[in-house]
Amino acid sequence: MFTKFIYLEWKSFTRSASFATNVALKILMGFLVLYFTLVFLALGVGTFYILKEMKLEPLVTVNKFLVYYFLMDLIVRLLLQAIPVMNIRPLLTLPFKKPTIVHFSLGKTILSFFNLVHGFFFLPFCAVLIYEGYDVISVLLWGTALFLLIFCNNFLNILLNNKDNLLGVFITIVVILGGCQYYKIFDITNCVYPFFEALFNTRWAFMIPLLVLIGLYYWTYNYLKGDLYLDAGLSVKKDIAKTENLTWLNQFGTLGTFLKNDIKLIKRNKRSKTTVGMSVMFLFYGLLFFSGGVEAYDKPIMHIFAGIFVSGGFLFTFGQFVPSWDSSYYQLMMTQNIPYRGYLNSKWWLIVIGTFISTILASFYLYFGWQVYLTIVAGAVYNIGVNSHLVLLGGAFTKTPIDLSMTKGAFGDKKSFNVNTMLLTLPKLLLPVFLYWLGSYIMDPKLGLAFVALAGVLGFMFRNTVFSIIEKIYKKEKYKTIEAYKQKS
Amino acid sequence: MIQVNNLSKEYSGTTVLNIESLEIPKGQSFGLVGNNGAGKTTFFSLLLDLIQPTTGCVLNNEIQVNTSEDWKPFTASFLDESFLIGYLTPEEYFYFIGDLRGQNKADVDALLIRYEEFFNGEILKNKKYLRDLSKGNQKKVGIIATLIGNPEVIILDEPFANLDPTTVNRLKKIIKELADNPSITVLVSSHDLQHTVEVCDRIVALNKGELVKDMPTTKETLQELELFFAV
Repeated sequence: MFTKFIYLEWKSFTRSASFATNVALKILMGFLVLYFTLVFLALGVGTFYILKEMKLEPLVTVNKFLVYYFLMDLIVRLLLQAIPVMNIRPLLTLPFKKPTIVHFSLGKTILSFFNLVHGFFFLPFCAVLIYEGYDVISVLLWGTALFLLIFCNNFLNILLNNKDNLLGVFITIVVILGGCQYYKIFDITNCVYPFFEALFNTRWAFMIPLLVLIGLYYWTYNYLKGDLYLDAGLSVKKDIAKTENLTWLNQFGTLGTFLKNDIKLIKRNKRSKTTVGMSVMFLFYGLLFFSGGVEAYDKPIMHIFAGIFVSGGFLFTFGQFVPSWDSSYYQLMMTQNIPYRGYLNSKWWLIVIGTFISTILASFYLYFGWQVYLTIVAGAVYNIGVNSHLVLLGGAFTKTPIDLSMTKGAFGDKKSFNVNTMLLTLPKLLLPVFLYWLGSYIMDPKLGLAFVALAGVLGFMFRNTVFSIIEKIYKKEKYKTIEAYKQKS
Repeated sequence: MIQVNNLSKEYSGTTVLNIESLEIPKGQSFGLVGNNGAGKTTFFSLLLDLIQPTTGCVLNNEIQVNTSEDWKPFTASFLDESFLIGYLTPEEYFYFIGDLRGQNKADVDALLIRYEEFFNGEILKNKKYLRDLSKGNQKKVGIIATLIGNPEVIILDEPFANLDPTTVNRLKKIIKELADNPSITVLVSSHDLQHTVEVCDRIVALNKGELVKDMPTTKETLQELELFFAV
């Protein structure tokens, strides 16, 4: 019975859309995977020695902060890890026993990326501990216990996945705990530290997470088994719809019509909501650069890099996928009374509005001085004048249909990662850095900023010409795009 | 109104559609019948410039569809669910189409009232997004949306499929009304010979991409078609 399942899984894996890219991209992806693996391995090995250098006992420090590690893990899972529900439907009427189906789909989640990725950190860290002369059995038991806890998180995620607002609750908990610790009001790590310490020192302590895991497994098992009906656990949740007219946008004519639609698109779909959430995170990315927290980032050249990212969060995360957001009804768009230019124009405005709002929200960077905020504003001008066009241009080649109801793949679709869009990333980031460097080299950083902003203004001035070119490319790619969007992943 | 010259479509050497010439005069209601793979949807997709012809061209009101976009203002179509925007409510979808076709909210509302019976109380004010409606109800929305903004050409692919018997009869009534209007050209495709014969003035049958029958609707048409498709 299980072999049949494995056969199905293998087919769905090898025939998934992301596998259907060409060989060159596969090789490139392979290199990227290798690179990140090495980075994580280095991190696992390095943690020990870095902590040692900081005159901290590595194991004790790691034990202290594990509670945050697991909480963050749960948050990431709630945000991104989807539970395998849809594949179960076709199996229900076939001669499989229900327990088999549930055991299999639960077992499958164990092999999920979200579990395996922790191995890259913990395995090398454990290896280093053993190498450094820590008690072998203790280390092994400790490592096993941590993995058991990771699997606990895995099943917790399945149990909690259908509850609303839990994500917010967990994030609030982390923020409050972190805040209390920072201001030395209350230190959670002192409370939970003995537990992780016990996992290392007490031989039988790993039984605790094991028992918890077994308990959670049976809970999840019963929960899923009782829900194995189309109208229960396997139903797709339907939202209560509310008609919104957003009449204040009517004054903008056709542009308003599209903006209305885009606002609804962002508000009502999981995938777009996650994306916009991610773009808010970009706002804080600059803190790494400007607070001087990371030494390697604290160079003027890097600052303009941050300037582009802080105001361009929306542009990079949402704009990158224009026109794929409309992929599920692209045929409608192509037959309606819409000239391409109007369509592109509305997307451009959406990106501009997004960039504008980001820039205003980023005004808290004024705390670091005028110079810093000016960098961000210059970045914003460049984003509006140049990058917004580049993003639209890249969109003509991004032919990945987006399934709006899915959260998966919010960190970039593999397939949309094609050579053309990659080439377009270079002027998005490297050109402003180069301009800034040039200005600083000739005179001072202020001239550098002026150069970056000037490039943006120039881009804005030639908007009409640029738009005509983009429009032509979109028209040329139209049939290919329609064809690609028809093939649902 | 619609003129087809030497139109063909090939996919890697296989010809899926080949129509030497076909003319659909203004005001006609035109029925396209054929088995699966006969080329009905391909033909409609070519009419709407959704795919590129291998040879030949389509003129819609003297406008060549793959070189100019000027046919869009007077042409409305519904081929499948990919013409619906899943995250909108039916009302929002109608107003969106209305906005694109230069109709204000009141115009759209007036039109919707006329088709209240067709909706059968399952579409409007139901607190559901289009993606959560049943296939049949989605189809109702798509069909009525094509009527917004007084189009001169209306193209419907398989409008009778997935609808319940009562709705099919109501739809036939709507299409007949459109057919009676001399300024509206209706193009309908279907597997169902009887429905098509009932609503169309002219029937064209496709088989493996070739035009095999072209006749005005008379009393004998249905019989003749049934004979043709008989096994």
